[in-house]
Amino acid sequence: MNTIKQIIAVTLLNLRNLPKRLGSSVVAVVGVGAVVLVFAAVLSMAAGLEKTMMATGSDDTAVIMRSGSTSELNSGLSNEQTLIVANAPGVLKDGDSPIISAELYVITDVKKRSSGTDANVPFRGVQQGAFAVRDNVKISEGRMFEPGKNEIVVGRAAQSEFVGLNVGETIRFGQTEWAIVGSFDAGGSVSESELWTDIRVLQSAYRRGNSFQSIRVKLESPESIETLRETLDADPRIDPDVMSERDYYSSQSQGLVQFIKLIGYPLTILMAVGAIFGALNSMYSSVSVRGKEIATLRALGFGPTAVLFSTVIESVLLALSGGVLGGLIAFAVFNGFQVSTLNGASFSQVVFNFAVTPELLIQGLKAALIIGVVGGLFPAVRAARLPVAQALREL
Amino acid sequence: MKYFGFIWKNVWRKKIRTSLTILSVFIAFLLFALLSAIGYAFKSGADVADAERLIVIDKITLINPLPMAYKNRIAATEGVHSVTHSSWFGGYYQDPRVQFPQFPTEPYEYFSMYPELKMPQEQLDGWARNRQGAVIGRELAEQYSLKVGDRIPIQATIWTKADGGRTWEFDIEGIFETEDPRGSTAFLLFQYDYFEEARAFGKGSVGWYILRVSPDADPIQVGNAIDLQFANSPNETETSTEAAFSQSFAKQFGNIALIVTLILGAVFFTLLLVSGNTMSQSVRERISELAVLKTLGFSDRLVLGTVLSESILIMLVGGLLGLGVGWLLVQGAAQAMGAFLPGMFLSSQAILTAIAVMIGAGIVAGIFPALQAMRLSIIDALARA
Repeated sequence: MNTIKQIIAVTLLNLRNLPKRLGSSVVAVVGVGAVVLVFAAVLSMAAGLEKTMMATGSDDTAVIMRSGSTSELNSGLSNEQTLIVANAPGVLKDGDSPIISAELYVITDVKKRSSGTDANVPFRGVQQGAFAVRDNVKISEGRMFEPGKNEIVVGRAAQSEFVGLNVGETIRFGQTEWAIVGSFDAGGSVSESELWTDIRVLQSAYRRGNSFQSIRVKLESPESIETLRETLDADPRIDPDVMSERDYYSSQSQGLVQFIKLIGYPLTILMAVGAIFGALNSMYSSVSVRGKEIATLRALGFGPTAVLFSTVIESVLLALSGGVLGGLIAFAVFNGFQVSTLNGASFSQVVFNFAVTPELLIQGLKAALIIGVVGGLFPAVRAARLPVAQALREL
Repeated sequence: MKYFGFIWKNVWRKKIRTSLTILSVFIAFLLFALLSAIGYAFKSGADVADAERLIVIDKITLINPLPMAYKNRIAATEGVHSVTHSSWFGGYYQDPRVQFPQFPTEPYEYFSMYPELKMPQEQLDGWARNRQGAVIGRELAEQYSLKVGDRIPIQATIWTKADGGRTWEFDIEGIFETEDPRGSTAFLLFQYDYFEEARAFGKGSVGWYILRVSPDADPIQVGNAIDLQFANSPNETETSTEAAFSQSFAKQFGNIALIVTLILGAVFFTLLLVSGNTMSQSVRERISELAVLKTLGFSDRLVLGTVLSESILIMLVGGLLGLGVGWLLVQGAAQAMGAFLPGMFLSSQAILTAIAVMIGAGIVAGIFPALQAMRLSIIDALARA
């Protein structure tokens, strides 16, 4: 009990004369703040990307592509094959007609606002079923395209990221002019990065005959994907990969997410090591400046434990305040920051927002705590071991 | 130089503090080296580009193929020295998550188009003779322990074969290297003839054309002449220099450069604080000593110089160590991650920038304590002590 009282007393004393050691304390705080800031900023990219991809993936929607194609862009399916899928068991029906959308996924060059240079924007040809298959897609401005016409509806994210996609504008791809007639909202999902048009129009514009790249079907239940897969695997006329939409989009984002983490984590660890050096420096100088004070306290009867803990607590408090500062700045500056990048898996642009999630902030604070403890421990041991008589004589 | 010993002794008077400061600086420049190598990779070799090479792609998008028949028409355009073509194969070896590019092309044409790629003549001849032959870059050969004579299966994600198969097997006939240390060799080349014969669809087309302009021709004019030739045809073209093409492709990744700069900014701000703080502490502790020096006849300027040199020295010791270790790591990473992020490279420009930053940061961190030391009035300082 007595020791705890002593720890509290010495800690309060330390904190009260912090202003005298302002320079080195500020350095420690800022050092830890920078670590947490960089950590949260870099990994919020990965978190934001995952969030966007996951918002797209639904468990009761299946994506069917030619086997081995790894992404829609690479796949190819015939009209006959779409009919086989439409009539397969496991597909949810609205009355008599299956809920299905056979689609074409291509790329078109549109200028990016941020760089002014061409970017690979995904351009999707869809059937009328596309909206029944994806229940989160809604026209938010203008109207739906009319089948058979060169009309486009654009995702909200694509609209803000690329040039010339406002409703009412026309855009030229090669020799064809397209009218932008509407824009759509898809609950923050990756569909919002895309341009959509009638599949027949896109097939002829890209000279793809009557071919398709992917088929999306609404399943009777998430479990019926097995029935569908078995049926299609057994059919010699089709050689498909059947995936739930959730699995498909998670495979699409995996490469990029891993890449960001592969850079983000080592970067943070290196910076954290740097910050530990900063904290050590600051606490060593704190201990050396307070040499006389510590010796006096010891002479008055305060135990070495009190001196030890108070020094560690001071270091941890400094580190945590740095962590909170860094986290707040990361949240204020980066949360919701919209970027688009080239996703290698689909060879097309994906627009997403940085997400500084609570998990990231907590991880950041844990890192700050570790830096504080490690940075305070060695100087604290030195403080506790300070030979009292000698320290007093030196002054 | 004669004061070096003196400065060196002063630097190490507080061993722990100096070591910790040097370690922070070390970490900062290690990060600098790694981040600039990553940033370099994202530029997708725009610096490696040859000014006389042009790339011809479909005007709407890179993924649309161009007719094979364009080759002769491009070759006949005034100012075109030679032309070859390539296509995106998009297959994978072993692991679908780790892909390196494969390109079907014409053996002799390709290697004369890219003179920086070096391969023994007999290997090139061997490849040209073997329809199912392929050549790979040194980086790939090391990463997958492949050698000439190996047979490797590549799984196609796009190009199924006419027989319905998806596995394309190639005999490795050669291993090429690049003369340019910045260029990547993490790719595979195989014969277009085999590709054309065996693929199930898309026959008679190529992905893009690569051409070299005659030394006396203007690349921009040649590019315009080519695009004009194919204007209003079903496959309009867009011709750009290799550098412009790489730059525009690199920009597709978005504000990576901005993010890297932000991180570096945060790191350096911290670094400056740490070392500035160390320097001012060290000067504060030595006030009386500095006064003695001045009494002994050290000029104001000399005192300024020694204090400033200490700060620069700390930066240089930590910074050069960090840069050196960073360079080693980048060499290792470039080999280990060649297929993952090709083209990691620590450019001489980055190294020079880093050294300039070390000296600059040393001056900024040391200038206020140094000025304080210089302006020190001997009487006051001695009295204070």
